[in-house]
Amino acid sequence: MGSASSILAIAYLIGSVTFIVGLKMLSNPATARKGNLIAAAGMFLAIAGTIFLYEENGRKLGNYGWIFAGLAIGSVVGVLAAKKVKMTAMPEMVSMFNGMGGACAMLISIVEFNHLVHGGAEVNIVAGFKAIMAGAEYNAFTNVTGKLLVILLGLIIGSVSFAGSVIAWGKLNGKIKDFAFKGQHIVNLAVLGVILVLMVWLLVSAHHTSTSDYSIDLQINDAGLQLTSGGALAGLSAFFYIILILSIAYGVLFVMPIGGADMPVVISLLNSFTGVAAACGGFLYNNPVMLTGGILVGSAGTILTILMCKAMNRSLKNVLIGSFGASAKSG
Amino acid sequence: MVYVVILSIFLGIEVIGRVPSVLHTPLMSGANAIHGVVIIGAIIVMGKAEPDNYLALVLGFLAVILGTLNVVGGFVVTDRMLEMFKKKK
Repeated sequence: MGSASSILAIAYLIGSVTFIVGLKMLSNPATARKGNLIAAAGMFLAIAGTIFLYEENGRKLGNYGWIFAGLAIGSVVGVLAAKKVKMTAMPEMVSMFNGMGGACAMLISIVEFNHLVHGGAEVNIVAGFKAIMAGAEYNAFTNVTGKLLVILLGLIIGSVSFAGSVIAWGKLNGKIKDFAFKGQHIVNLAVLGVILVLMVWLLVSAHHTSTSDYSIDLQINDAGLQLTSGGALAGLSAFFYIILILSIAYGVLFVMPIGGADMPVVISLLNSFTGVAAACGGFLYNNPVMLTGGILVGSAGTILTILMCKAMNRSLKNVLIGSFGASAKSG
Repeated sequence: MVYVVILSIFLGIEVIGRVPSVLHTPLMSGANAIHGVVIIGAIIVMGKAEPDNYLALVLGFLAVILGTLNVVGGFVVTDRMLEMFKKKK
């Protein structure tokens, strides 16, 4: 482990701790505002650390221009949107931001899936050798099935959260009306079932493609000897995108029939979904701050959802299924 | 890893445990900003992308923008909500 990565590990640890402390302080009126700032500072540290200190198999990150441009655009738009929004429109703004996080997780999964397909396992022999000499672990042929599982989970949860949040935003805005049809929850369950079946099928197929199915390509370039293998998963790409489309459809169908008054509960639920999607990214990159941050929001968000239901004197099941009947009556 | 996941789950439950209902929305908003950590994944995707891999470049760039929106917007909105609280009291 180089010194850069040990500093990064400390930055991630501090980040994780600020998230915990921040959430704790946010649940008390006296300290809430400070808690938010502390979590924000931790986030800044984790992001800055990643940009400058992250390395994988001895290679630093590149494309700084793109990264900073993206950060700048996102910050400017984010601050403007958050400052301009009316107080009454805040829940829908939160929903929109939540959807953006879900979309981010979704995009990461798409890119990583394509990496998996085209560069199955990329082995940079020189970098690997250097990493091993430096005492770091070098995983040449990473576990494809395990990776695919986290990628798929991130994709499904992220896109459901994205689509659902956008619909929730539209509904609070009054742009989208309640929409329900007879037997909708059966259709929803069927869509979810198909997604899960496809996911399992994809995983099983990926698992059974043996290493002999990979085309191995050896090339020598500036970076050293490079062994690229891939191709085995290419035939499965279509199913990956079917899962993506179905997940987005599920997100829409899931939120559509829920009444406007229950929207905050749904947003809170989708919020915890995005947390889990972020945690999938943590598994994918072996990144502790993504993992702890994501799981923390996932579990705290779920509890918060239940508390919000209780405050409204309803059960979660009631909100998710019961409201179907209510909106069908009114519609 | 699994160890960390399980501890984090309990921590999340424990930390939220007793929150007054007035703080539900700001807390949701704060948690929303925190799951913006996905941005780190987006930065890694972007930073690893080969210069000729346009799919990774474009999607990664979009992911960085969306992730930043989530983080920055999330924290700013939460702060505004809490600011409103202070004035009331």
